[in-house]
Amino acid sequence: MLKLVTKNIGIENSHTLAVAKANGGYSRVEKALALAPEAIVEDVIKSNLRGLGGAGFPAGRKWSFLPKDSPKPRYLVVNGDEGEPGTVKDKYIMIYDPHLLIEGIIITCFAIRSHKAFIYIRGEYDLPIARVEGAIAEAKAAGILGDRVLGHDFALDIVVHRGAGAYICGEETSLLESLEGKRGWPRLKPPFPAVEGYQRCPTVVNNIETLSYVPFVIEMGGQAFADLGSERNGGLRIYSVSGRVNKPGVYELPMGTPLRQIIYEHAGGISGGRQLKAVIPGGSSAPILTAAEIDVPMDFDSLAKIGSMLGSAGIVVFDESVSIPAALLVLARFYAHESCGQCTPCREGTAWMTKIIQRILDGDGRMGDADNLIRIAKNVLGNTICPLGDAAALPVISWVTKFRPEFEEWIKRGRPVGQAPIPVTHIGERTAVAV
Amino acid sequence: MSSSGHMIDHPGPVSWSEAARREIDAIFAKYPDTKSATLPIIWLAVREFGWISPQVEVILGEVLKRPLNEIHSVVTFYTMFPQGPLGRHHIQICRNIACWLANAPELMEHLVAKLGIRPGEVSADGRFSLEEVECLAYCECAPALRIDGRYEGNLTREKIDRIVEEAR
Repeated sequence: MLKLVTKNIGIENSHTLAVAKANGGYSRVEKALALAPEAIVEDVIKSNLRGLGGAGFPAGRKWSFLPKDSPKPRYLVVNGDEGEPGTVKDKYIMIYDPHLLIEGIIITCFAIRSHKAFIYIRGEYDLPIARVEGAIAEAKAAGILGDRVLGHDFALDIVVHRGAGAYICGEETSLLESLEGKRGWPRLKPPFPAVEGYQRCPTVVNNIETLSYVPFVIEMGGQAFADLGSERNGGLRIYSVSGRVNKPGVYELPMGTPLRQIIYEHAGGISGGRQLKAVIPGGSSAPILTAAEIDVPMDFDSLAKIGSMLGSAGIVVFDESVSIPAALLVLARFYAHESCGQCTPCREGTAWMTKIIQRILDGDGRMGDADNLIRIAKNVLGNTICPLGDAAALPVISWVTKFRPEFEEWIKRGRPVGQAPIPVTHIGERTAVAV
Repeated sequence: MSSSGHMIDHPGPVSWSEAARREIDAIFAKYPDTKSATLPIIWLAVREFGWISPQVEVILGEVLKRPLNEIHSVVTFYTMFPQGPLGRHHIQICRNIACWLANAPELMEHLVAKLGIRPGEVSADGRFSLEEVECLAYCECAPALRIDGRYEGNLTREKIDRIVEEAR
């Protein structure tokens, strides 16, 4: 089976320059630097390479939005803040093939005429940070980075910037604020980063995985890359699979691979011989799918059509024994914890939703609580500066709507006399309860 | 563990070592402006002083040429900048969805019983501190924790016992 960004995983010392070069590393830079920058942008547009951080915006089009006549410096900012629950993919590229990432950054910077790139990596990622920093040092020493990239009249410097624990900083404008040394409060758009990004200069923000596919677009040509995927969704991508499956892990497969195939063929099916109950298809922010909805091609447009999101392709699988209200509390608590506090609907709404789900699980739920949750979520949805509000609201709306009887069952049951409420840290026990 | 509340003072005055001053210059050289060096220099202060106290905020403000309220605002936004001493071995255990599905709450209780501390606390001998965190992005090996800058996954009670014994 064809692999691209994960093909060197398993080769000994794949993170070193010598091994990377022996396996094709930097071979695409020469080809790219002989092209006109605009020709690269055109080819990436043709490739249908999408933004794999989660938004799915076509990468080449994003690049084409940079103003042509700005006298300001241009920046490439690489998003390695991987924090969307269920998503573990960028880590593999940084640990096992950091030179592929650097190669993608060189080609992209040449295409957008940028001479400085920042890689923002989440603070907990010590090993990925060490590997990327090591690879940059090796590349500098070998003349791959610096004043003359591989002897060409093109200068490029790459700086690794360590995050410090904030999910919100994965949102591109929050990331830029954080890079500028501030609290990670998202900015209003427009202006978009392409016009006013880092230091109010034209900036492209792309995910680690997105940029790591760029060398392959150059190698095989945009059309051939596009043909590997589905309509308007070019190439392959890494699907992270976790939860109740036999073989959790990362699987690099074509865009549009059916969800059922990923769960049952690649990830080995449901663990413990149980039945599938529900799936989060694209990170915790993506609306949930029931077992009846998994015959869907995993691409951005197909999932949008059925009311969910491909997002970061972080697939989390729930079997029949999982209590949906208890699982939703885990996510609601997460969004309440990670809300940056800037917008009232998100700051207050995420806390209210968490409290209501908690009281339902404590046996103190009220008959209108399912409607309360949906009403609050709809008042958060679309009413915040950044997508965290939507990310918190969408799971609540979809989970409560699709599994409403389960919430009502909890509410009706109430708390048996003399039984203490269940503290949050104990909710794991409820996974064994089929409701 | 910035969520735990108030900042704790260092016992005496704090100042940058010569090596730290050289590193600060090197950090400034990487960015087009001094403000962008804020997070890396706070990280350096965490390495130098163990945690960010009110005294450390003052010297951060001096090198970064930013008012104290801005420094404090940044320090308290990020969960990885400690505002009090941590144990020599700091354990972060994940409570998000994949780990929760893999029985993380029970393992958390096991760890609490074994160390004798709750999340947010430091053991009396100063060896361990414990923190409950959101997704560490190690879902494929859930349940997972992070200790002393490395990840440990596929946790069981036995594996947790081994990790704690090796750290003692």
